[in-house]
Amino acid sequence: MVNKPIVITGGRVIDPAQGIDRLADVLLKDGVVETVTDAPGTAPDGYEVIDATGMVVAPGFIDIHTHLREPGLEHKETIATGTRAAAAGGFTTICAMPNTEPNQDNASTVEFVLRTGREQGVVRVMAIGAVTLERAGKRLVEMAELADAGVIGFSDDGNPVADPNIMRQALTYSQITGLPIINHCEEPSIAGAGQMQMGVIASHLGLTGVPSEAETVMVERDIALAELTGGRLHIAHLSTRRAVEAVRRAKERGLRVTAEATPHHVSITDAWVYGLGGAIPNDGSLSTAAYDTNTKVNPPLRTYDDVDAVVEGLADGTIDMIATDHAPHAATDKECTYQEAAHGISNIETAFGSCMVPVHAGALSLENLIERMTAAPARFLGTTAGGTGLGSLKSGLPADVVVLDPTSEWEVDPSAFFSKGKNTPLDGTTLKGRVVITLYAGEVVHEAGVTVE
Amino acid sequence: MARTRVATRTPERPHGQSGKPEIETSQATPAAHRKPGAARPNQPPMFGGLSGSRRNVLDLDDFSKEEIEHILQSADGMNEVLSRDVRKTPTLRGKTILTLFFENSTRTRVSFEQAGKVLGADVINVSASASSVSKGESLLNTVRTLEAMKIDVLVMRHPHSGAPYYVASKIDAAVVNAGDGTHAHPTQSLLDLYTMRRHLGDIAGKKVTIIGDLHFSRVARSDVWGLRKMGAEVTVCGPPTLLPYGLRPGTEQADSAAFTGINVVDRVEEALEGADVVMPLRIQRERQESGNLPDLREYSKLYGINADRLALANPGALLMHPGPMNEGIEISSEVAHGAQAVIEEQVSNGVAIRMAVLYMLCARSRGGE
Repeated sequence: MVNKPIVITGGRVIDPAQGIDRLADVLLKDGVVETVTDAPGTAPDGYEVIDATGMVVAPGFIDIHTHLREPGLEHKETIATGTRAAAAGGFTTICAMPNTEPNQDNASTVEFVLRTGREQGVVRVMAIGAVTLERAGKRLVEMAELADAGVIGFSDDGNPVADPNIMRQALTYSQITGLPIINHCEEPSIAGAGQMQMGVIASHLGLTGVPSEAETVMVERDIALAELTGGRLHIAHLSTRRAVEAVRRAKERGLRVTAEATPHHVSITDAWVYGLGGAIPNDGSLSTAAYDTNTKVNPPLRTYDDVDAVVEGLADGTIDMIATDHAPHAATDKECTYQEAAHGISNIETAFGSCMVPVHAGALSLENLIERMTAAPARFLGTTAGGTGLGSLKSGLPADVVVLDPTSEWEVDPSAFFSKGKNTPLDGTTLKGRVVITLYAGEVVHEAGVTVE
Repeated sequence: MARTRVATRTPERPHGQSGKPEIETSQATPAAHRKPGAARPNQPPMFGGLSGSRRNVLDLDDFSKEEIEHILQSADGMNEVLSRDVRKTPTLRGKTILTLFFENSTRTRVSFEQAGKVLGADVINVSASASSVSKGESLLNTVRTLEAMKIDVLVMRHPHSGAPYYVASKIDAAVVNAGDGTHAHPTQSLLDLYTMRRHLGDIAGKKVTIIGDLHFSRVARSDVWGLRKMGAEVTVCGPPTLLPYGLRPGTEQADSAAFTGINVVDRVEEALEGADVVMPLRIQRERQESGNLPDLREYSKLYGINADRLALANPGALLMHPGPMNEGIEISSEVAHGAQAVIEEQVSNGVAIRMAVLYMLCARSRGGE
């Protein structure tokens, strides 16, 4: 069955890959972009019309860091639910992280993820392979075979590649694939059993702190190793001022280093652990809302200064892209003490609203944000695994489109999430900026307030 | 050389004015004037002031000075009960108190148990190692199961900071924090305040010096809240590796109510000068392995309280210790059992304080009777 062609009329079209930012109509036909008009006009005959007046129309978002949990942890998320959640968040391409059971350290598991994505996914699923067998940091995976199976990079995410020599070998060997090594930079001997950002709030709560320097020292180490080896290094979820500065210097020296930041690290801080929506109790008294396990995440929520630095890094291009680190968990993983709680935030459905926080604060432009959620991750994917030609509304590319209302306010209600993971500290928080419609390959896969199955 | 830091900012909002109901100040007729067999026989005195609406006792951070005063006054009445030949009142008859300890403890658990039993409550003791928790049942299921058996007060100790806050947010019974991780131990702090007040009178303006491992000490953390509420001058001294972020050199943060108004002094001799109360904290042996300390020998040399050092404090200064003591390390045997030590009295006062706390919470759960 051939879908009816669609025209999205009257919206402000922002397509950073083509330098487009104007009022225009977007015509979609046969699953690809037909054209972006010079100006809004009359809808052609035979096209279904989506009125985007007052809205922003952009390429579908790309997330290079998504935990889909399948295979093995289907009680937390499946590829079906995770991709449906992605559609609700405006994402049309997501990259499955390898910390599944079994790990994505072998071609069979990678092929399973990609096949299940094609068969059950609501949006496009790509896969990331592990760096080392069982993500144990000891022996490299068969990188060439995984590349053939279709991975877009290698990461032991959740587990930093702790041994500097293994990281060095990974950055060297991976060059036969041209794919990046994506590292979760957190020096375990410093981070220890830390549960949140080290500082006066952790101290007040009696929780073990993770100093920012746990990130800094490993980012600096990996940059040095990237320089030594000439390998392609991508730093996951950059979250501290010093680490942003380190990446900035590395880029100035022309190294092959890229970085991402999460929606939570550009919008909320360690004060959220108090459970008061970011407020700090004036008199220091804790309520029973304190120790909100939904704020437990790796790397931890940082300070206001770090949030500012990460946003500055996005604004000046030091940080290439937004990546969600969407980490859904079952209720029981968070219904416990802070120390026992699993790390991670289910955030793919709130990502755009969270990233609009610095935009509404005037610290980041909307065009820049969209660049970092579309064109920049598309460049990162490059020509690998069919990554070429994503993240733009050029004629002939897949008709992956998102319609956004940047000023619409909505209250976060995790019970309405499509994700199985209801673990968000934003429950009850009002976000400003909403995904209205998501189209994948020319089909509407999400419409706000409407259930699309 | 000597570094003395004083954070001067005080919390903007006075305690007790944050929407919490005011504590009534009326006092019941002292029990001594009641005849046995009359209404509410054997009721300890000074109960009237405690019929507040406090739901839980999780830390002293949300207590007003007045509320602390009332508990201390009530403990006087409880001590009177404890001094009787027949140490039993029916005050909390029909009430069920559950002590749920996820860490080994003798003195605190026994103290709560005795407090509950003297007041006539039924006390059930559960230690987590002997319970379903070791079979993998979650904390939430455990407390919900126990609550389903109808309990009025849950007294809880847990190795994780914040655990009683989590439990309190999930159950209807009143929750008393009997120690959570490295966070708080409010009834220990109340008994410390009570012991100080019995010897020194008004605590306001008194210099209290706490020495040692403030980073991992939940007792010290609650003491610091309680002492500041009561207007004491708090001085702390310890190895920089064992001071919490916020007090450690280079981390002073005047914008946190948790750490304002505390003097941090490097040298123990300076910290002891003019002290009215000296409180060395228990030093854990595992702090050597974790790299916080070179060894206990050097710790003892630098921070141990002995007769020479105690002599630097005010004459008659109280020597307190939250127990259990490592004699010869943070405190010499000589002073630990000397004339200035009130360490055993702290233990006996603990029962009176816990009676006052349990009474207060049960008064609430009786619905303002």
